[in-house]
Amino acid sequence: MADETRKIAFICSKGNLDMAYPALIMGWAALGNGIDVTIFFTFWGMDMINKARIDHLEVPPIANTSMKMNMMGVPGYIGIPQFMGGLPGMTPFATKLMNDKMKGLGVPTVREYMEMLVDAGAKLYACKMSVDMFGLKKEDFIDGVQDIVTAGDFMDLTEGAQVIFI
Amino acid sequence: MATKTICGTTVQVNDEGFMTNPNEWTRDIAVELAKEEGITELTAAHWKIIDFCRQSAVATGKAPTLRQITSGSGATTKDLFTLFPKGPAKKVAKISGLGKPEGCV
Repeated sequence: MADETRKIAFICSKGNLDMAYPALIMGWAALGNGIDVTIFFTFWGMDMINKARIDHLEVPPIANTSMKMNMMGVPGYIGIPQFMGGLPGMTPFATKLMNDKMKGLGVPTVREYMEMLVDAGAKLYACKMSVDMFGLKKEDFIDGVQDIVTAGDFMDLTEGAQVIFI
Repeated sequence: MATKTICGTTVQVNDEGFMTNPNEWTRDIAVELAKEEGITELTAAHWKIIDFCRQSAVATGKAPTLRQITSGSGATTKDLFTLFPKGPAKKVAKISGLGKPEGCV
């Protein structure tokens, strides 16, 4: 094993429920294996650390061509017509389906995952430009978000790290 | 299959140093394996977690994941990362004489 601790940094730019999980799962795996983890939240990704939004992330069926009826127990890969995806209630329905599936697999919620990551030593940062654009403040974020930093700060903070953009 | 001698006992290990036969494990071996992982002393808090892993492995045949450890043993995430710093997932399993945990959480 190398003497220097391996470092991984994630840039989370998406606020959809399905796009919230990759960094959480890989970040947790990294911490469990002794790898240093930094997560930078930018643009819609800030929903993952916004106190008011973290428990309400959603997955929309519209424009998602991979989401098939088999998620609802219909065998095969029958598509969901796009116009149906736009009907009122379809996004909450798809979201509930995904949350139930995750719960069934014993996967923590986004909020719980974030607490686990922070307790395990992950460093979380919010993007300054996005924060300014959305009119947010540090108090709007969950505990564990260390600071609001610029893109340049991020470069300094992640020196020597492998960077993954999500 | 590689072998390794710990505390005068020869045990089977895989190429990453994880013991492959949990029945060969003893508490003395755990103390030595912990030292190899940089943990000089196993306290009661360490043993609580190791004992939980051993029991869990007997029941399921697999090393528990970190989340299974926190939800089953009462130890917190912070405890795990403090007691077994820099990679508790592998360290706990290795010291407990089990294989690498399977599962992502």
